[in-house]
Amino acid sequence: MWNRLTLTELAQRLAQRETSASEALAACWDRIQQVDPVLHAYLSCDIAEARLQAEAADRALASGATHREQPLLGVPISLKDIIAVREQPLTCGSKLLANFVSPYDAAVTEKLRAAGAVLFGRLNLDEFAMGSSTENSGFGPARNPWDPSRIPGGSSGGSAVAVAADECAAALGSDTGGSVRQPAACCGVVGLKPTYGRVSRYGLVAYASSLDQIGTLTKDVRDAATLLGAIGGHDPRDSTSVPQPVPDYTATLEQGVRGLKLGLPKEYFVGGLDPEVRAAVEAAVAQFQQLGAETIEISLPHTDYAIAAYYIIAPAEASANLARFDGVRYGSRVAGADLLELYQRTRGAGFGPEVKRRIILGTYVLSSGYYDAYYLRAQKVRTLIRQDFLEAFGTVDAILTPTTPSAAFPLGEKSDDPLRMYLEDIYTVSCNLAGICGLSLPCGFTRQPRLPIGLQLLGKPFGEATLLRLAYAYEQATSWHREKPPLPHAPERA
Amino acid sequence: MDYEPVIGLETHVQLRTQSKMWCGCANAFGAPPNTHVCPVCLGLPGVLPVANDAALRLTVLTGLLLRCEIPPRAKFDRKNYFYPDMPKNYQLTQYDQPSAMGGYVEFEFQGRIERVRLTRIHLEEDVGKSFHFDRHSGVDFNRAGVPLLEIVSEPDLTSAEMAYAYLNALKDILIYGGVSDCDMEKGMVRCDVNVSVRPAGSRGLGAKIELKNLNSFSGVRQALEHEISRQIKVLNRGGALVQSTRRWDEVLGVTEEMRTKEDAHDYRYFPDPDLMPLEPTEAWLAEVREGVVELPLARKQRFMHDYQLPAADAQSFVDDPTLGDYFERIARGAANAKAVANWVINDLRARLADSGWGLHDLKFEPRGILELVGLVERGQLSHKLAQEVFAQMFRTGRSPAAIVKERRLAQVSDTAALEAFCDQALAAHPGPVNDYRSGKTAALNFLKGQVMKLSQGKANPALVGEILERKLREPTPSSS
Repeated sequence: MWNRLTLTELAQRLAQRETSASEALAACWDRIQQVDPVLHAYLSCDIAEARLQAEAADRALASGATHREQPLLGVPISLKDIIAVREQPLTCGSKLLANFVSPYDAAVTEKLRAAGAVLFGRLNLDEFAMGSSTENSGFGPARNPWDPSRIPGGSSGGSAVAVAADECAAALGSDTGGSVRQPAACCGVVGLKPTYGRVSRYGLVAYASSLDQIGTLTKDVRDAATLLGAIGGHDPRDSTSVPQPVPDYTATLEQGVRGLKLGLPKEYFVGGLDPEVRAAVEAAVAQFQQLGAETIEISLPHTDYAIAAYYIIAPAEASANLARFDGVRYGSRVAGADLLELYQRTRGAGFGPEVKRRIILGTYVLSSGYYDAYYLRAQKVRTLIRQDFLEAFGTVDAILTPTTPSAAFPLGEKSDDPLRMYLEDIYTVSCNLAGICGLSLPCGFTRQPRLPIGLQLLGKPFGEATLLRLAYAYEQATSWHREKPPLPHAPERA
Repeated sequence: MDYEPVIGLETHVQLRTQSKMWCGCANAFGAPPNTHVCPVCLGLPGVLPVANDAALRLTVLTGLLLRCEIPPRAKFDRKNYFYPDMPKNYQLTQYDQPSAMGGYVEFEFQGRIERVRLTRIHLEEDVGKSFHFDRHSGVDFNRAGVPLLEIVSEPDLTSAEMAYAYLNALKDILIYGGVSDCDMEKGMVRCDVNVSVRPAGSRGLGAKIELKNLNSFSGVRQALEHEISRQIKVLNRGGALVQSTRRWDEVLGVTEEMRTKEDAHDYRYFPDPDLMPLEPTEAWLAEVREGVVELPLARKQRFMHDYQLPAADAQSFVDDPTLGDYFERIARGAANAKAVANWVINDLRARLADSGWGLHDLKFEPRGILELVGLVERGQLSHKLAQEVFAQMFRTGRSPAAIVKERRLAQVSDTAALEAFCDQALAAHPGPVNDYRSGKTAALNFLKGQVMKLSQGKANPALVGEILERKLREPTPSSS
């Protein structure tokens, strides 16, 4: 049962010696064995090594270590398999890196270790974080715990599933165009994408460097505040991380929302938005008003261009970022008669179709003669989108939108239609293009089937404290986050 | 028809930094393969570059030394192409916003001062080094990520010889500025050459041919000589040249075609999203400016002008800057700087070479040389003895005055004493005396030598000559 607790609850029980890190880890491990054969949130799990960490945490607790100094002491946390952990696999969901083991820790990994977390398991994802359903994983999709015939969202699908299904206390994912928030919405958990530069990207395998940001997937808002506090901060190894102090995000959670202004962008409440999702989001708006927040309609005029700009900039950066996977120094090599053939065979066999599509797209838009028409223009659009947001934040404290146009769809439904798949990100990509912060939290369920609906809050650059405060107030007034997926507790598998 | 070559050079120079461009690995030559590597310079998944501030400073310093404009903003771009020696399969370089623009290199060439304009100077990363064995190849990544400067000249060079002189001048400047050790043996300087030919006196440009794989300045000169005559031959035969890249084969002494314009790479440059643009602040620039030194050519001209030194002496002090600095410390207060230069260049340099000492090992005070020059100038010490005094000063660090006093080496210019020596010599050698008097004036030198011997070398030779000549013209003492 310890696996069912939130990070905060578990930390309290550990502090009070009601349980131990080893017990908590064992509960997670049991749960994984129970549900993960169906859900496939985990690509691998070095449980023996995790047990050693848990035992070390228990020894530390026994010798007087406190959660005041190490807020995550003994808490089992899992990472998306695209964040480097020393001596652990780093597959990025790609067959090409099926056997790659990282020789170093990512910055966030170091920070989690320093905060006392027990790091275990490598979470499933769309290959190199490219996708919105986790169907692009080179090792088979993860499944939505609310309905295993449906996608859990992506690319951090494994992270959202593991948290929703109580396989770990909390998880990290990465968000390039919605990859933390969209699966959080699909699985009914809290997903936070921090401001670009808030969290070091050192050790996060790059998909689109100017958009990537590591984010948290947690069972509630307070957990998100705690976890962001642990992983945020400047890192000299990441030139794009910002030397801005990390506030105590938990300290301001309970300040309420009275007087805060929420913007409702009219461009986000148009055709294509599922009526049930719209109704849930409108109910959330009413809830916020009841809590004392003011809501006003705003305009983000360049919203329509966000998907197009994103699918130029992200693939362009990806085409260079993924060039290193050539089978020469590491990764699965497929030999060839000469160097060119080795490259072609290695990458041909190692990458899945979506990765290839984006590499080709990115290579094309950067080509001589096309650069100005595509890449440069997309960058200009990006600037306009950022200006839209900064202008809006002149009058509002945060922006409220749906996270996704509809709830989780069945596996395979959009696999043959990349464009429809790309539109999954329609409400989330602008946040990455603008470099601001965003959070998704549960705001209701569809009726039939019963699937979670996500509410997205977008905040000013480094405005995470305000977002968390808003989300917390809403969460306190509702009970969506306490709902657990109706998982088969002992799935009998034939 | 007469043709003239048009030549531009792209010179790659490894910067003298402790660490590599993006990581903390040592920037050091000669270590066993793949020992100066880390996740960052191996391009492992998830790593990020962090620009080495020392390399940025050396780049801007080079720009200042070469009179470039330092733009308010520079950035790094990704240059995309696949090659096994390049860990990321893209090279970080400054594409359209380099750290330095314009500028020039001035140098002496065939008795004139030539000025070759520069297009730009940009900073990039070096790649690893491939090795090919019988059945397989290997890559050493120790060099991957070493900061590399590319200095691009305008096509202002007009001969192979001039390109050679330019490269040597550039190298001297970079060594002077402490920018690079420019050790050719260690591959610290590499060149790409662009060369075309055109009818003499015309203003158009012929098809540009790029030469690769030039690892020495003499290689550049040889390759250019060969390529220029090859191009002229082609044109004279009525052939046409196309824009292309050729490889210099050092062994065969020929250039061979690698690729033509048609299959040129599309490098798909775009700004590196992992690095922030560089916007040097005034304070940072001021610090870099403190590293600006006098350039070799300016120094040579100044030494010739300020100290009235011949070109060869001035060049010695350019070639050995610390020796030059040492000379200057002494020469500033000297009436006869040329004499000081002689001591420093001839005697001091020889003894330093013999002893294996450096200037910092010297036991004597620099002003010792000034004293020595004074003693000789005032006729108080013969040049011959002065060299002995110098040797002793070098060994012991004692001042020339002290040595002279102790060894009683002071030149005897006291006429009474000299007269006595002369009388003694004349009396002892009647034969030469008679020879002289019968017209064999060469006998004077023998007699002079005898006087020097009697005085143990201390007699003032000029005075001895005068006294002897006077005495030999006088009637013999016996008859008076």
